[in-house]
Parts: sequence; C-alpha cells; structure tokens
Amino acid sequence: MTEAVLNVSGLTKSFQMHHLDNTLHAFRDVNFSLKQGEFVLLKGPNGVGKSTLLRTIYRTYLPVDGQVMFHSARGDIDLANAADIDVALLRAEEIGFVTQFLVARPRVAAEEIVAEPLRLAGVAPEDALDQARHWLNVFGVKEKLWKAYPTTFSGGEQQKVNLARALILPRRLLLLDEPTASLDAGARAALTQRLDELKKEGVAMIGVFHHPGDVADLVDRTIELTIVSEERRPADVAV
Amino acid sequence: MNLKSLSKDWEAVSYGFLDASAKRELRRKMLKAVAVPGCQMPYASREVPMARGWGTGGLQVSLTLMNPQTIVKVIDQGADDSVNAASIRKFLTRVTGAKATWDTLDATLIQSRHRVPEEKLTKDQILVLQVPNPEPLRSVEPNMSIARQMHADADYSRMWLQLYEQIVRSGRVMQGASYPSMVNGRHVMTPSPIPRWDVPKLHMAEHLTILSAGREKRIFAVPPHTRVEPLVFSDVPYKVEEHGNITCTRSALKGFFMNEIPNDDGTSSYEVSDSNLGIKALNAPEDASQKIGETWYQDGEWAQ
Amino acid sequence: MSVDMKLERSAPQFITHEPLLHMTNISKRYGDVVALDHVGAKVYPGEVLGIVGESGSGKSTLLRMMNLQELPDQGTYHLDIETEKPNLFDMDRYARLQLRSRHIGIVYQNPHQGLLMKHTSSGNVAERLLIAGERSFANLRAKASDALDASEFPLERMDAPPIELSGGMQQRVQLAKAIALEPALLLLDEPTTGLDVSVQALVLDTLKRLQQDRKITMVIVSHDLGVIRTMADRVMVMRRGQVVEQGLVDQVFQDPQHAYTQQLVHAKL
Repeated sequence: MTEAVLNVSGLTKSFQMHHLDNTLHAFRDVNFSLKQGEFVLLKGPNGVGKSTLLRTIYRTYLPVDGQVMFHSARGDIDLANAADIDVALLRAEEIGFVTQFLVARPRVAAEEIVAEPLRLAGVAPEDALDQARHWLNVFGVKEKLWKAYPTTFSGGEQQKVNLARALILPRRLLLLDEPTASLDAGARAALTQRLDELKKEGVAMIGVFHHPGDVADLVDRTIELTIVSEERRPADVAV
Repeated sequence: MNLKSLSKDWEAVSYGFLDASAKRELRRKMLKAVAVPGCQMPYASREVPMARGWGTGGLQVSLTLMNPQTIVKVIDQGADDSVNAASIRKFLTRVTGAKATWDTLDATLIQSRHRVPEEKLTKDQILVLQVPNPEPLRSVEPNMSIARQMHADADYSRMWLQLYEQIVRSGRVMQGASYPSMVNGRHVMTPSPIPRWDVPKLHMAEHLTILSAGREKRIFAVPPHTRVEPLVFSDVPYKVEEHGNITCTRSALKGFFMNEIPNDDGTSSYEVSDSNLGIKALNAPEDASQKIGETWYQDGEWAQ
Repeated sequence: MSVDMKLERSAPQFITHEPLLHMTNISKRYGDVVALDHVGAKVYPGEVLGIVGESGSGKSTLLRMMNLQELPDQGTYHLDIETEKPNLFDMDRYARLQLRSRHIGIVYQNPHQGLLMKHTSSGNVAERLLIAGERSFANLRAKASDALDASEFPLERMDAPPIELSGGMQQRVQLAKAIALEPALLLLDEPTTGLDVSVQALVLDTLKRLQQDRKITMVIVSHDLGVIRTMADRVMVMRRGQVVEQGLVDQVFQDPQHAYTQQLVHAKL
C-alpha cells in the first residue's frame, strides 16, 4: 500500500512586480498528487512555468493561492502556509531540490561539500566522507579532484559534485529541476541509476528533464503544463 | 597695601590643626571605609601645610585619629629619619601634643609611605598608609566613571588580563609595588606602593590599616582580620621579592626587605629597609630596652 | 500580501520548542527620529537569522538591543537559556551584564570596538574567560588557543597584538573572543564589511563552518545581500525602523514580496 506524499490543489502563482506595476501570472489552479516511490515527469514548452512550479512547492516562491499538502514523517503540513522554520526543517530532513547549479563555497573540498548533508544529519565525519567519496566516484568525479575546491572546477564537474551532494541522502520527496542539463552521458547514466535506486527506496520524485529519454523507464506519470492565453505566461495543467 | 593687611590676625588653630567639621567628615569616611573593606570612599581632602602628593592624605587621617595619648611613628620607605618623615612627625606632635617614637613596638599610630614595618603590628595599633594613586583600575580603564562601575560590578577581569599579558610577554608577573589585591573577597585595592613583600602583612592582620590619598581624595581601609589576597592565577603562585637571603651590611640582620645601595665599583650592598629595626639590632648588645619584637618574616620566610 | 501576514505566516507546527531569541514590539526613538517601530524577531536554536537594510534602517540598533547594550523605549526580549525567562529589558544592569558576558558573543564591524588593540590576541580571548571566572593561567592559554584555532587563526601569532594584524585576522580574533565561552547566541554586525573580497570569503567560510560544526545560533546584520545569502537561513528586511519582509533566504531573494525588497534585490543582482 503506497501512501500519498504530496497533494497539490488549486496551486496558483503570480509575481507582483511593484516597479512595473504589473502582475505576471505563472500558473493557476494546479492539482496533482504524488505517492511514495512515484516518479512524475513535468512537461511543457519553455517558459510554461515548470521550474516555477517546482520552486513554489519547495517554497522558494511563495504561492498566491492553493495548498501544497506534504505528508511528512512528522505529520501533514501545508507547505504553502507553513512557518518558515518548519519549511527549513523539512528541507533539511525530507525534501530535496536538485538543480544543475552547485552552491559551492570557497576553500571547501569537493568531498566535504558532498558529505555535508550527512554530517548535518548526524553521520560521523569519517563515515560521511567515505560515502561522499563513493558517490563522487559513481558520478565520475576523478579521485584527484576530491580534495580540490569545486569553485575552480568546470561547469560539468561542478554539476556532478552537486548531484552527489543532492542525492546522497534518501529524501521523502525529491524535486528535480533539469539536473542533467550539460551533463556527459556517463554521469547521466549514473544519475538515472541513482534515481532508480531512490525510487525503489520509496522516494517520491517530480522533475523537469533536459533529456527526458534518460528517465523514460522511471516515469510513472507525466504532467503537462500548457500555456493558456491569458496575459504573459499563464499556465494550465493537464494530467 | 602690605602683607599684614592681606593676612588674618593670629588665631590659635583647632586641636590637631584640622577644624572640627573636617575631622568629623574624615571620621565618617573612615567608618564607612572600615565597614566596606577595600572600597574607596571619596572625601573632601583639606588643605594642610604640605604640598599635595607628599602624604597629605595620610596626614589628614593621622591628625583626625590622634589625641595627646597617641604615640606616633612616621616612616618614609621604612626610614624614620628622612626629611619628609621628620617634618610630618614634628608637625603631628606639635599640633596634637602627642609623643613621637621610632620604635614600632611603642607606637599606637604609624603613618607610613611605601612600607609596612617588619615587626608584627598588634590590635592596639593603626597603620596609616599614604597613597598616591588609589585606583587599581586606572592602568586598565582610564575613564574613572567606568572604573567605578567596574568596582560596583566586581568586574576585575581586566586586572587579571594585565597579569596574563605580563606573563605572556615577560614570562612572569612584572607588577612590583602596588600589587592589586582583593580585599574581603569583594573589592580590589591597590595597597599603595608597598613592595610585594609587605602585602601578606595586611592579610588577616591584628591591626587596622587605613589608606588615604590626599590628592585623589579617596580613603579605604583594611580592618583587622580581613582577607587581603593578591590577584594570582591558581597555577602561578604569588612571589615576594627575593630578599630572604640578603644580609644587611650595617646591622647584619638577615631575611628582611632590603634597600639596594649601588657601590662605586658597580656592585651593590644592602641595608635593611626598616631602618629602626636595624638601629635596634645594632644597639641591642648594649641596651636591653632595644628589643626586637616578633616579626612577620623569620629567616626570610613567612612565619605565620 | 499585507506586511502583517508576511511577518507571521503561521505558528510553527513541527518546531515545537521555543525560539531561543524572542523579541516583541520593540520601539526606540532618538528625539524625533524613530529608530525602531514595533519590531519583533524570533530566532530558533541553531538557526542563522540575517538582517538586511540600508544604513539608518534600524538593523544595527536592533542588534545592539539583542546584545543588551541598549534599551528600547518599549518592548520585550526573552532568551530561552534558563528555566526562568524574564524580560531581559526589565533586569537590572548588573544582571544584564552577567547574562550578556556569559551567553552572548558579538563580532563588530570595527575591530577597535571589540578588541584591545595593544594587548595580545590571546589575551583578548582570555579576557572573556576571565570574566567567566577562569583563574588558571594554563587553562586560559589552552582555551584561548582552542578558540583561536577554531576561528582558523594562525596559532604562531596568538600573542601578537591585533594592531599588528590584518583586518581579516582581527576579525578572527574577535570571533575567537566571541565563541570562547560557547555562547548561546552569536551576534555579527557587518563582520566582513571593510575587508577585501577574497578575505571576506575566507572569513565567511570560517563562520559558516563554525556555525555548522557547533550549531551556533547566529544573528548577522549586513547591508551586503551576498553575505546574508551565504550565511543566513532566514532573513529579515528592515527599512526605516520597520520589518518590511521576512522569510527563508532563498524565497526573499528570489521571490521578494515587498516593493522595497524587490528594489533592493534587483539593484544587487
């Protein structure tokens, strides 16, 4: 019996641009749900608001209306209205957001960056580093770079470090925002395999993919966002 | 205009020179100082026929405490015969009718600059120390308003910091005289510029010590049986000057605080700093009355 | 969305413990100038709260009040450090001083404000320990060097006076001093303003590492959005003595709600 992880209902996002005295509509009345171990692919033309939707669920963007009911291990909570501190807690424990961009810090070694989520979760530093090295290896980061600072890496290498870091902890919900853009084939294959493992562990995933073919075997459902003809970029949803 | 027209006619001065209200104020401030050991009490330091900075604080206290039965001893760096000590002694006896002595054992009141006698003081004696700078925090906090607040808060961390800095930079505590000391576990005082050698003599003493700064207008006190603890780190013990093995070249006394006297050839010779102690030692073989009393240090070691 | 809704979206549901720092309704005037106008703040244990705003917005005044250096005209301030939680602004000066020296650390923008420039660096750190009653010289040395080491200060220079050190090193001494007693709350007032960009990055990195390793609760005030973005979990935007917006740091920077915040973010990006 798989339980629901996320129930999104009536979710609406617009951006009020004070200096333009204008409101940009991103999407309106989005409804869908996500179960444990389910993999949902977001599709739609460029600018339709796929990334915006993921960020609104993650609460990087504040929803204007609707509910994002997350069935957390701690209980049910509406992410659209939850207190910031609760959202921060859930981000640390249960909700992952994977992008192609690495938030690197100067003078922090690649393996340290990857190990950080484990360390913050209370894993002993040495164990965390061992696991970090394992995942760096899986994503094809060469050993000589493990102790180097990713701020000096190429975009592709940074992205691999980022994936290793983002996927090192099994989360309850993973939001994937084009994690494969500009990745080489080897790393993309490693990613697909890791996502498959996570799916089997019960992680619910929703994502936008630059190469949807990579994850074709994982996809349970597809949600298509379409532009509706209202103002600049309103969007509607079809499941 | 002549000098006579500018000056008042001769009048007898008050007993003990200071007028009654001045002495009353001083008595009150001394009582306060005794009540709160080590805490500096401000007072309206009066004019006395001596320049500020030459012991006017001590002088005012002595003038207030003295009566015709008092036997007074005045010392300057341990010596009874310095010009300053002689002048103060002469003035005190003249305006109070009190007797003077050089012998620590005979004195009921001892006014001193920068030394505590080597012979143990008793409960019948009062030691008056002249203080140039009563504020131990001055070197760490030039703003006196803040310094007073620090006293109120018992915030003496800067004093400890000063000791820390000395040990880090010089390998040892460099503070010589005026070693900051905690009185009764509450107020840090400067015990006037007495050497480190003398500070333990104030701790749990039989006698009353009154410290008075005339220029700075502050009085503080160490009552009998009151703790006076030099500020020290728990793992860096307090050390007095290493005078314990030195012998006085004149009196042959050994194990007391010495004055170092440079010789022409670059060497030094030493004389006991408590000059009347030396005199008594020299006279003792011929004069039985010249008895040296019990001393705080014996053979250079603290003897309590 | 109205400002009121922004300030208190809803009560935490999962975070059941009290905020470590809780200020309500703080107002302060200097003559006719309103420095703080009914400001409130909550900081939860282990969290980093950033406060941004231009000069004169009241952010530094608020920080001084968090440090109990200054009292407001009205308002309450509670720290969840002991079972008794009085309004700290009601305590007498001595009690405030004690609480501050024991539980609150601060790093100032200007090292001259936080350091004795001619004492040794280790002595500056030792002073905090002395205030707390440490009286063993060996312990003072050991704890001061631990705190300096944690602040990634080169120990071979621990007895150099701050006046001989670079700006970045001076900030590390301040930091060591601030964390020496393992305070419940660490306040940072523009800690890297005035440093070269590269030095700034290194100091921020040390701060971040310390925060993560020791789960130190921090409040960091800066006019530099980059500093706040690097350091803070949540951010409070202040303007003319009021909090105009607060939220998770990525949300406030990527989806600012208030016109002023939008202007601020877009001007910087």
